Amino acid sequence: MAEYWRWKEYRWHDKDRDWRSGKLVTAGVDVGSVSSQAVIVVDGKLYAFSNMRTGSDSPGSAKKAMDWALEETGMKLEDLGFVVGTGYGRVNVPFSDKAITEIACHARGANYMYGPTVRTVLDMGGQDCKVIRCDERGKVDAFAMNDKCAAGTGRGMEVFADLLAIPIEEVGDLSLQVDEEPPPVSSTCVLFAKSEATGLLREGWPKSKVLAAYCSAMARRVVTLLEQVGIEKEFAITGGIAKNIGVVQRLEKQANVKALPAKFDTQIAGALGGALFAQNLLKKKLAAN
Amino acid sequence: MQAHYGYKDGSGDYFIIIDTDRCLECAHHGCASACPEGVLEIILDDYDDTVAAVAEEHRKKIKYSCAPCKPDRDRPPLPCIDACTPGALTHSW
Repeated sequence: MAEYWRWKEYRWHDKDRDWRSGKLVTAGVDVGSVSSQAVIVVDGKLYAFSNMRTGSDSPGSAKKAMDWALEETGMKLEDLGFVVGTGYGRVNVPFSDKAITEIACHARGANYMYGPTVRTVLDMGGQDCKVIRCDERGKVDAFAMNDKCAAGTGRGMEVFADLLAIPIEEVGDLSLQVDEEPPPVSSTCVLFAKSEATGLLREGWPKSKVLAAYCSAMARRVVTLLEQVGIEKEFAITGGIAKNIGVVQRLEKQANVKALPAKFDTQIAGALGGALFAQNLLKKKLAAN
Repeated sequence: MQAHYGYKDGSGDYFIIIDTDRCLECAHHGCASACPEGVLEIILDDYDDTVAAVAEEHRKKIKYSCAPCKPDRDRPPLPCIDACTPGALTHSW
């Protein structure tokens, strides 16, 4: 049976650099409810990362993500000077030296990814949604998080990809192929939205129109959370949904704000922030010895 | 930092907002002991500051956890807000 929700897992490392010449080698591991990432930073610069689905075993997922990030680099786990665990499963990273919340890590990661001008970060994760306001150093000024309801999360989009038999990577583009923007589907609950979408399909709505209605509902849902904290420019989106152009464009329109273009994979922001926190903590540790 | 703990659902917005910059000024953190439901706790946050926070177990049900202090009528001052001398604590509902 085809699994339309299944997104591509991948890894990367900088083949032009030799990590052995670096002084500070640290890592961040973000064990989320849907995906896990491991990021390795050498002397404050991104060196390697992996991005994969989280299994039922959080410690196992953390280890798999880290092993994959280390693959082909010649680096071993023992070579990492400091490891920070973050995300939903941050306390279940067996090899971490410290656990830091994903709120602080996403702000720090976004500061690196989008630059010091970023002030509002919207992280649309697998099973939660966070709005974070931060200063020029990536320190959190304000935050709100919604992890009670799946509306406005990646998992909600996966449910729709499966329902409509559209590969998850194509959902955003297809949702924009409508002549006129339909009204949003019920945005309070993924289950209600799914049953509403089934009804719309039965009425003869094309899949693109149903997706447009869902993407619009998701954007509306998130905008209310943004308003809770307040939007300050510059604005950036992290997490898997940042790759969905259908949601991003509608969100920009509804919130009347333009999101900064992503220079890095938006899903690694949390782990990257963790790895950057780890750099500072390693410096402190070395100074104390 | 303005920490918004809570959630939005179909019935409304339920957030306890803690201004941690003000919270830092408080030495005794009477809010935590004043809460009859144990909703608030004192934590060391990610920036090594000792501040009040909503306990993890209450974050997805604060509408219900805080309900005993919020009767329909003749509502007295909330004990947590009353105890918060720096005025760092607010409820969104």
